[in-house]
Amino acid sequence: MHQISSSPFNNAVEKLASLPGIGNKTALRLVLQLLNRDQKEIEEFGAAFVDLSHQIQYCNSCFNISDTPICDLCSNTSRSNDLICVVENILDVIAIEKTNQFSGKFHVLGGIISPMEGIGPNDIKIPELIARITENPPKEIIMALSTTMEGDATNFYIYKKLANLNINVTTIARGVGIGDEIEYTDELTLGRSLLNRIPFQNTLSLK
Amino acid sequence: MFLKQLSILNFKNYEEAQLELSEKINCFLGNNGEGKTNLLDAIYYLSFCKSYFNPIDSQNIKHESPFFVVEGYYQNKDKEEVIYCGLKRNQKKQFKRNKKNYDKLADHIGRIPLVIITPLDILLIIDGSDIRRKFVDGIISQYDTSYLTNLLAYNKALNHRNLLLKSFWINRNFDKDSLDVWDDQLVQYGNLIYASRKKFIDDFTPIFQKYYTEISKDQEEVALEYRSQLNEGDFESLLKENLDKDRGNHYSNIGIHKDDLLFKLGGLQLKKFGSQGQQKTYLLALKLAQAELIKNISEEDVIILLDDIYDKLDGKRMSQLMGIVGSGNFGQVFITDTNLERIPSILTEEKINFKSFKIEEGSVKDV
Repeated sequence: MHQISSSPFNNAVEKLASLPGIGNKTALRLVLQLLNRDQKEIEEFGAAFVDLSHQIQYCNSCFNISDTPICDLCSNTSRSNDLICVVENILDVIAIEKTNQFSGKFHVLGGIISPMEGIGPNDIKIPELIARITENPPKEIIMALSTTMEGDATNFYIYKKLANLNINVTTIARGVGIGDEIEYTDELTLGRSLLNRIPFQNTLSLK
Repeated sequence: MFLKQLSILNFKNYEEAQLELSEKINCFLGNNGEGKTNLLDAIYYLSFCKSYFNPIDSQNIKHESPFFVVEGYYQNKDKEEVIYCGLKRNQKKQFKRNKKNYDKLADHIGRIPLVIITPLDILLIIDGSDIRRKFVDGIISQYDTSYLTNLLAYNKALNHRNLLLKSFWINRNFDKDSLDVWDDQLVQYGNLIYASRKKFIDDFTPIFQKYYTEISKDQEEVALEYRSQLNEGDFESLLKENLDKDRGNHYSNIGIHKDDLLFKLGGLQLKKFGSQGQQKTYLLALKLAQAELIKNISEEDVIILLDDIYDKLDGKRMSQLMGIVGSGNFGQVFITDTNLERIPSILTEEKINFKSFKIEEGSVKDV
């Protein structure tokens, strides 16, 4: 790609292009767009990212993003300590929070076990989870990981690690999505839904 | 369902050709390199959306032409179906049924069942176990949709497990719990695949034996043996027993990825003790059994392509073969041969209806 002979400019383009989903051309457009703005505005932009690197920390308990050593969710006393929901990343916390169906605590693993990508149990927050649970046992652990092979492997690993602690380990239900039609559901999901069918009465008590 | 009419444009060595075909047997006769097999490949294309011989689509376009088109008019009971396949250089392949594009090519595969028999089949005997597993997997996935899913899942889990073993070896550490996670998945999918393969061999063997006896007309006893480590014990305990070995060569030594299908002839290994003619007969019987199984499952006629089969078969076995495929048990048949007289005279003798085409330098003439 044709380069402009200005090293601050090229530097900025390169940085932006290193983000996922942004190619060289988009980065170039973004930088040119920024250059059109007031100097003050550009400085605010830069400052926002500097603050990000200085001020953001991860909650010591659940590893969610936080401004304080213990995040808002963990320090919220109206949330139950008896329930811990294990998720892969922070986006999943946001997704589960949106449901308004969960009032326990979270634990963000920051990834799932995948030897193909070189990720083992100790590369993610599994040891921290085990320590946390051993210290303060909840009544139930909800595994809310992707329903992929790697997700299942992570579920199984954690389940085995917790086996001697006498804690109820559950996983979110897998099956036909709400509002979906049976005929368009893939065979695997539908098959699993049939195997794991639930008493109709249970569906009545849902909000 | 049978192919009534085939038209091709700029396909391999053909500039343009149009064939009105017989519902029964069609013979493509001509010298080497004239384009007999290319006609079979065009018919294969219409069933499998790709060439049997060359996986690179663009290389099937006639040299220096911009595109190719293969079009087939099929008669399905009282309905006509048109399958169109066109490819322009550097563009996506167009595949249409009755002028409608397919969303996924996979939706088409299996609609027009077809079995091809070529001299390349000999690889089934001489190559490694991989090709025999593929042969078995290919047939089972045609009737058992979950089989392929399980197989893909198994291979993925296996890949994870092997990489984990490798990382233990590189980092000089070991974590039993990490490995267990993959063992669990391996066992779960492996057992399902094992059961499917076992059942398949049981169902397939008698059909295969029937065809072998019909072609050879003698008492050579043939058998297919499904060899799997899982025959010797429970998968889970085998994995446990072989843990040290797995760690030693950082690779999974146990599993259905080691399965093989042994071809037996009179109790001996076909690969080592079978004559070339016996091997050829064996392969024909395997492929015809495959065709019968597909026919039974799909409840559709199966098109059979026979490429250059005269080589290494004696006249007696050849007549038997023509009798079998000419009996109308399968469906439409296409045969190639370099000799203009041989097959037509057998077919006439056996009183089987057929149509011959003479192939010369990429042009087709009715005989």
